[in-house]
This record gives sequence, structure tokens and C-alpha cells, in this order.
Amino acid sequence: MVPDDRKYTQEHEWVQVDGEIAIIGVTEFAAGELGDIVFVELPEIGSEFSAGDTVGTIESVKAVADFYLPVSGEIEAINEVVVDSPELVNSDPMDEGWLVKVRLADTAELDGLLDATAYQNLLGG
Amino acid sequence: MHDTPALQQTPLTEWHRRHGAKMVAYAGFEMPVQYEGVLAEHAAVRQGVGLFDITHMGEILVSGTGAEAWLSGLVTNRIVGIDPGRIVYNAMCRETGKVLDDMLVYRLDQTDWLVVCNAANHAKISAWMIDHLPAAGVTLDDQSNATALIAVQGPHSRELVCRLDQLSAQAGRITDMEFYTHFLVDGPGGRWIISRTGYTGEHGYEIYLPNADALAVWEELMTRGADLSVAPVGLAARDTLRFEVCYCLYGHELSEDVTPLEAGIGWAVKLKKKAGFIGQEALQQQKASGVPHKLVCLEMDGRGIARQDSRVLADGQDVGFVTSGTFSPTFKQALALALVRSDVDLAAAGTLAVDVRGRAIACHMTPFPFLTARTKGDPQAARTLPAGG
Repeated sequence: MVPDDRKYTQEHEWVQVDGEIAIIGVTEFAAGELGDIVFVELPEIGSEFSAGDTVGTIESVKAVADFYLPVSGEIEAINEVVVDSPELVNSDPMDEGWLVKVRLADTAELDGLLDATAYQNLLGG
Repeated sequence: MHDTPALQQTPLTEWHRRHGAKMVAYAGFEMPVQYEGVLAEHAAVRQGVGLFDITHMGEILVSGTGAEAWLSGLVTNRIVGIDPGRIVYNAMCRETGKVLDDMLVYRLDQTDWLVVCNAANHAKISAWMIDHLPAAGVTLDDQSNATALIAVQGPHSRELVCRLDQLSAQAGRITDMEFYTHFLVDGPGGRWIISRTGYTGEHGYEIYLPNADALAVWEELMTRGADLSVAPVGLAARDTLRFEVCYCLYGHELSEDVTPLEAGIGWAVKLKKKAGFIGQEALQQQKASGVPHKLVCLEMDGRGIARQDSRVLADGQDVGFVTSGTFSPTFKQALALALVRSDVDLAAAGTLAVDVRGRAIACHMTPFPFLTARTKGDPQAARTLPAGG
């Protein structure tokens, strides 16, 4: 069962809320599907986006995957450790492998995300 | 509504699935793209020994008193007069000199040859050969569906292959055989071909065997290679391994848009072949007037991985495109092979870059190849890293 301390998206990202800040990463499933991740491109701190915007890329040896922002807001922080060591997304996608922190523009958007049970169902129970 | 044709299986498909392989459709086959992961599998081959199921490749027997001369007329390299037991890397071209496929040609004995072609081009090459058959003297026998192919590659490959029960009496022969030679043995299900060839740039072997013998041999290699850390290796690592030593991959460096001269395999083209070959005249003309493109090695300087089809820019001018680009597991860095115009002096360019999804990422040329192959000589030879890398 996926951790219930956060919300999820259909694109296999997780969103963990701490007040007005949302920490965002990709799920265990996504990391597994991507295979060995060798390069991560993250947005600039201070840039603003709408939910659904492509804000970066996560690249494995063979493929490029777009990284979408599931919520609207301003990029508060990016995970510099992941930039230098992309393999961290494979080894610890749900914690140390977080990607960005966003200052939420509209907390109501969180209601549209999947809860743990819904995401677990998406994965096939 | 029509049915999607089922993917062709190999005798090892079930084994791959049971061992956690991520399977993918490739050239009509269901093939393993990775097991543990491309980086681990790549390292296993460079440092130890890895096994590849490459049963999807095409194997076409060419026999008859006319076979030698006929086959020579279809391929670019010299095969006339080679000894049985030898293998020659070839391109097969159209009259225009453009490449239909690259392949290995084996001389099994005086009048029997084996053509081993890429899975993706099997139907095309088969049809081409049939179309060009003479009235008499040559027969074709496509053995692909009856033939499994297992590659054993890496510094410990020789030791592992010698451990096979079926080959225990052949250890001396395996140890002494030169690169690009082969010999035949009688296996339980029929004839095996033990070939000292490979696509990884490491010391290695490729074993052609009847489907019925394949699973037992694969499992025996896995068991006997346990202390050598033998690993099954998928298509993803097969690509990163060949890329680092700059071996061509059809559909990337080779295609019907290029000649072998442009793709850097001119060494396999004998332009002066007396009896001629299809495409010879076109290639001679191209050589005489100047080969318009060449393959170069690029190392990315900025942050970004150049991928196939990305444009190469010299001082902002489009001079070509990336044929293969990836993150190199050995160099831990983005590298690219690119086909560029010969009439532009890239070394003199002020800035060299690759357009990666709209952004010009700086790069520089590096000597060919990125990584020196260890297919001959000492399997554990210290690597020669290209200067300026």
C-alpha cells in the first residue's frame, strides 16, 4: 500500500503538503518504469507555473520523460542533490529523491488529486 | 478489425519473464530490454561476463558451387578465397551504394556459407537475396526460425564458455581461436556454431544452436558462471555497450539514406573488388568526388543528453544530426555519434552544439572510438581512453 501521508496523480507523481508548500516527486512505480535515471532537469527557483505545465525532464539511459507540475504555484526549492545524483530518484523516490517544492497558488487544487487508496487502485490494487 | 500478429518467442522467453525481465516488442519478437537495470548489466559485461539472447537475428544458409562468387557480388568486403572457419563483416548495398544492412558472412566449408543479418532487416535481406538468385548453382535455406543465438561477452567469457559440458573437449580450441573465426560442434539437438564475435567491444563468443538446445545451455551458463557473477543482459545494455565502442546500429548510423563510406565502415568496402558487387560503381564515384558526410564522436559539455535526430550546430549552422546519443555508463557522461557534412571543418568551428529539444547544448569532438574494444588480445587490458576526453 502506498504511503497515505500524501496525494498522488495519474502521471505517477506524489504531492506532500506542508502548510502552503507542496513537496513533489515521482512514485516508486514511475521510477521503476523509467529504469536507471541518469539526468534530471528541474525548473528555476522563483518561476511560476500552472497545474499541468511541463517543468522539467527525467531521463533514463534510453528515454526522456516529461515532469509535469501537478499543482499551480511558484518554485520554492529544487533538490540539488538529485541534480548531482539522479540515481537517488531510483533508490529513494518517495523521500530523499523529492524533486521540487512549490508555494501553492490554490490549495483547492489538492482536492482534485488522488488519495493513497485511489492511487493504489490505479496501480492495480 | 484485424488481429495484431503475436510476437515471436525464443526458447528463452519464458526464462526471461520468470527472471523479472522487462519485455518489449522488437522486430516482431518479444525480447528482454532489461533485467536488473541497464547500468548494472552494462557493468557486468565490461567487468565480468554477460549473456544475451539474440535469437531474433536472421540466419540464412547459402550453398552451392556458385555460392562464393554470387555472395561476393552482393556484399562489399572480400570473401572470395577465405578459409572455412573465417567470418567477414560486410555491408549489403543497393545499386546506389546505400546500405540495405550490415551483416556477418561465415564460410562454413568450401561451398556452404552463413549470412547473419539484423532481425529488423531479415525480411528485406531475404527478399533481396531471393530476387538476385542465379538460375543455378546457388540455393538458399533460411534457418532463422530453427536457430537460437546466445552471446557470451565480457573478460570472463572465455572461461565460462569452456565450462559448458558440451564444449569441455574444445577448451584448447576455444582458447586458441582467433577473433572472427568459428568452428562447428555436434550438439544434442544438432549442429552448433561457436563463433568468436560480438557486439559489445569485450572479449566474447556467440553460440548458434538449435532451439531445442538453447534453454539448457543458457541455464548451464547461468549456473556455471555464478562465481564469475554472470548476468543476463537485455537490449538496452546491448545498445549502450556497442555505442561506447562506436559499432554501427542499423536504423541509426546505417540506413538506406547513407553509404558505408559515409557511415565510417569504409574499411569493410573493397572498392577494387575485381568481380564487382552491387553498389561498387556508385561507391567508387562517391569516393572519387568526395564522401559528403562523415561520422564523428561528440562529448556533451553542457547539461543535456543528445538523442537520435538532434541537429548538430557549428557556429549556429546546421551541419548534421545525431545518429545515436545517450548517457554512457562507462564515462558517466552524455556522448553522441553524429553524421555531419564533410565540407565543414568542425574542428575550426568557434562553437559546436547539439539542439536538445530547442536548446543549444555545447559539445566538442572527441577521437573515434569513445572506448577501445578489447575483442582481441588481453580481455582485461587496461582501457585506452581517448585523449582530450
